[in-house]
Amino acid sequence: MRTAIFQANFKNLDSIRDYVARVAKDAGFDEAGIYAIQLAADEASSNIIEHAYKEDDNGEIECTCSVDGDFLVIIFRDHGLSYDMESIPEPDLTGNLKKRQIGGLGLYLIRNLMDEVHYESFDKAGNVLTLKKHIVG
Amino acid sequence: MEIVTQQFKHCDLIKVKGRIDSYTAPKLGEAIELINNEGRYKIILDLSGLEFMSSAGFRTMLMGQRTCKRYNRGEIVLASLPQRTQEALDLTGFTSLFKIFPDQVTAVGNF
Repeated sequence: MRTAIFQANFKNLDSIRDYVARVAKDAGFDEAGIYAIQLAADEASSNIIEHAYKEDDNGEIECTCSVDGDFLVIIFRDHGLSYDMESIPEPDLTGNLKKRQIGGLGLYLIRNLMDEVHYESFDKAGNVLTLKKHIVG
Repeated sequence: MEIVTQQFKHCDLIKVKGRIDSYTAPKLGEAIELINNEGRYKIILDLSGLEFMSSAGFRTMLMGQRTCKRYNRGEIVLASLPQRTQEALDLTGFTSLFKIFPDQVTAVGNF
């Protein structure tokens, strides 16, 4: 198990993506899998910075990675505002240019790039977003 | 991320190198806006040097496309789209909103 803590700032997205890429590579993912994990981690972290911490960069993002059987498990923990993930509707991806929605894309990508996505909010333990992806070489 | 812009007779080129995410996407938005401010709305986004793009980049491209296509005065087209970004754009239904060309030369020919 590996844990890294990042200051909640968009500037650190590069480091977060590099970190999960190393973990994914070590777990045996191919290039497409590594990219998918980087994209999901970026979207998850961007959401935390923007919505949980409202871009107040005093917050922290704790990222813990482990391998559980055939799955890579990545857990993002923050101590910002919680939200009801289930209440966020799937974006309409078929509308024309004028109707196309700007929000909700990040979560949509996370759900489609990863095999399992779970979000839970605790008082002291903060918000915990768990992402799992089946390891395929 | 690095951005290089170049003005042609009938269109403008924005060449992006590196990664577009929530931190860097505003710079792309500014580059599009600078061109629009000159009354120019036909833009080629050359992504041959792109290493990564998150949904923050997709949103910036969508906003830019809305402005450029208004009154039929132009559009943003994409050139040399890397495979991984093409897959993510496909997943979010964004590929239907942009013409995609294999390279810069073919994209210029569109205008």
